[in-house]
Amino acid sequence: MNACLPDIRSAVRIDCQGLGSLIAAIRRRGYQVIGPHLQDGAISYGPIQEIEDLPIGWTAEQGPAFYRLQRRSDSAMFQYAAGPKSLKDFIHPSEIRLFSAVREEGAFRILPNSDPAPRYAFLGVRACELAAAGIQDRVLLEGRYSDPIYRARRGNSIIIAVQCSAPSEVCFCTSMGTGPRAEAGFDLALTELIGPGSHEFVVEVGTQLGAELLSEIEFSDASPDLRNQAQAATQAAAASIQRRLDTNGLREVLRDNFDHPHWDDVAQRCLACGNCTQVCPTCFCVNVEDSTDVAGQTAERWRRWDSCYSLAFTYIHGGSVRVSTKSRYRQWLTHKLSYWHDQFASSGCVGCGRCIAWCPAGIDLTQEVAAIRAATNQTEGTK
Amino acid sequence: MKSKPKIGVFKFASCDGCQLSLLDCEDELVALAGAVDIAFFPEMSSNMRKGPYDIGLVEGSVTTHHDASRIHEIRKQCRTLVAIGACSTAGGIQALRNWHDSKQWVAQVYAHPEYIQTLGMSTPISDHVPIDFELRGCPVSKHQLLELVSATLAGRRPNIPTYSVCMECKRKGNVCVAVAQNLACLGPATQAGCGAICPSFGRGCYGCFGPAETPNTVILADQLLREGRAQETVVRDFRSFNAWAWPNRQASERKGAV
Repeated sequence: MNACLPDIRSAVRIDCQGLGSLIAAIRRRGYQVIGPHLQDGAISYGPIQEIEDLPIGWTAEQGPAFYRLQRRSDSAMFQYAAGPKSLKDFIHPSEIRLFSAVREEGAFRILPNSDPAPRYAFLGVRACELAAAGIQDRVLLEGRYSDPIYRARRGNSIIIAVQCSAPSEVCFCTSMGTGPRAEAGFDLALTELIGPGSHEFVVEVGTQLGAELLSEIEFSDASPDLRNQAQAATQAAAASIQRRLDTNGLREVLRDNFDHPHWDDVAQRCLACGNCTQVCPTCFCVNVEDSTDVAGQTAERWRRWDSCYSLAFTYIHGGSVRVSTKSRYRQWLTHKLSYWHDQFASSGCVGCGRCIAWCPAGIDLTQEVAAIRAATNQTEGTK
Repeated sequence: MKSKPKIGVFKFASCDGCQLSLLDCEDELVALAGAVDIAFFPEMSSNMRKGPYDIGLVEGSVTTHHDASRIHEIRKQCRTLVAIGACSTAGGIQALRNWHDSKQWVAQVYAHPEYIQTLGMSTPISDHVPIDFELRGCPVSKHQLLELVSATLAGRRPNIPTYSVCMECKRKGNVCVAVAQNLACLGPATQAGCGAICPSFGRGCYGCFGPAETPNTVILADQLLREGRAQETVVRDFRSFNAWAWPNRQASERKGAV
C-alpha cells in the first residue's frame, strides 16, 4: 500500500499485478467492472472479475464488414481497436422497462421501476469512446430535458481509460479530433507498454477518485523515459491512422446536397438493416412501447433502441415519411455529420469506424462523403 | 358484462407447429382461456362450435381446390382474420413446388397418384382473401401471438415490429456472426420477432420470419456471393420457409439462378 495520494494530472507506473489489484480495489467499492473480453469472435465489453478475463494476447483485424480475432505474439491486454459494443450499451441500455401499471378498482396504479442504477466501472475506454460519451451527455443530459436513466448510470460510473496504441483500418479519430489520446473525462488513463521482459502501465490520474483508487494499490513513480514511451505510443498510433474524413465545410456540403445522385448509389448497396445506428456510440434514438397482458390487468411501458432506418421511425398519420432506403441513409449520415452541429453544437461522429466494420454490406461513410464532395467540387469547377 | 371474444383456429397445408405455439403458451393459457372463448380449435378440442368468430387465426397455405374455396367461407365467418406462420403468410416450405412440376412429384411419390388432387402452387392466404394482420415465423413466436391477442382485446395496435432481425440481435448484445465469423446470415433482410435466436447461438439467421419491411434481398444475395459462396448455396438460403415471398424470389431468381 502507498500511504500517499498521487496528484491529479500526475502519472505513475504500475505492473500487471498492479492492474489486477486495481480491478480488485474497484470491485471492493461495489462497482461492476466492465472491460474488454472475448465474446463470440470479438473483443467486446463485458463483466471482468479478474485480470485473466481480459483478452490477453489477442487483437483484431478490422475492415468494411470485416472483423477477425488474431493472436498476438505477446501477452498484451489492450492492443486492439474499439469493438462492437461501447459505453452506450451500458449507460443508455438497449431495452429497459420504464414502469408497469396494475388495474385497481376501476383505475390503475403506476408501479415505478425501482431497480437501483447499476454502478459500472469501465476499463479500457478509448479516447473516441470518451468523446462519444461526451456527445451523449450533451444530448441526454444538457438539453431542456435530462434522461434520468442515463444520468443515474453515467453519474455512477468510473472510467479507466486506456490510451489507444493499436488503431484499426476503420479508425479515423484523427480526422474528427477525438483521439487517439484521451486528455480528459477519465478517472485514470493507462498506457500499456510492452518491452522485452517488461509489461507495465503508465497511469495518468484524472480525478480525486482515481487518485484514491491508486492509493489502495502498489505503484511507483513513472520515470521521464517511461512517460516519453507512453507519449510516443499514442503518437505512433496517430501516425498509423490512414483513413481520413475531410471535415472542412462538411456541414454545408451535406446540407446543400440533399438531391445529390450519389444517395441513389448508396441506396443500391444499403440493406436498411439499422446495424450502423445500433453500433454507433452516439446514436441515441429510442422508441417507447406500451403493452398489456391478456387479462387486461397489468400494463408495461418499455423503452428500446430505435433506428432511423426503420419504417416505423417516421410513421405519422397517413404513413411513413422516409419510405425509400435512400432517404433513410441520407437522414442518418446528414444528421450525424451536418444537422448535429445545428442541434448539439458538434459533429455526431467520433471516427471510431464501428459503422464501417459492422455494416454487413461494408458501406464506408468516409468514402460516401468523399464521393459526394468530389462530385460537388467537380460541378463547381465546371460552373 | 361484455361477452368474451370468440376465436376460431383453422388449419390449411402446414405442419401444425404454429397451432402448437398457441398451446405452448403454458403460463398464459389459463389467462387466455379466461379472456377469450376458444370456439373452434380442432387441434385442442373436439368441441367445435360454429361461427361467426371475432378473431380467426389461420395456419397453413392453400394447396388444394377444396382449401381455395374453404378460405373464402372462413373469411366470411371472421371479423378479424389473421394469417399465422410462414405457410399462411408466404406459402411455406411447400411452395418449393412452385418452381417445379408437382404432377411429376405426385407420380413419383404415391402408388396411386390418381387419388391425389392438388394445385400446382402453394400460395399464402392473402393471395385468396384479404387479411387483417399477419404473424410471421416458422413457427410463430408465442410472445407475438399473445401480444396480438392482448392488443386485439385491449383495442390497441399490436407491438409487432417489421424491422430487421439485426435490431433485436444488437439489442441483445450479440456480436454479428456475419461480420465476425463470415457466416451466411439473412438477418439484415429478415423481419424481427424471433429474438434473434439463431445468431444468439452462433448461427446465421435462416430467415424464418420472412422478408423485413423494406428488405434488400438482392443486395444481400450479391454480398453472400461476393464472399465466395456458390450460387446454388445462396439460392438455397433464400428458398426455405419463405421461399415464395416476393423479395426472396427476387433474390433466388436473380441472374439466371434456377
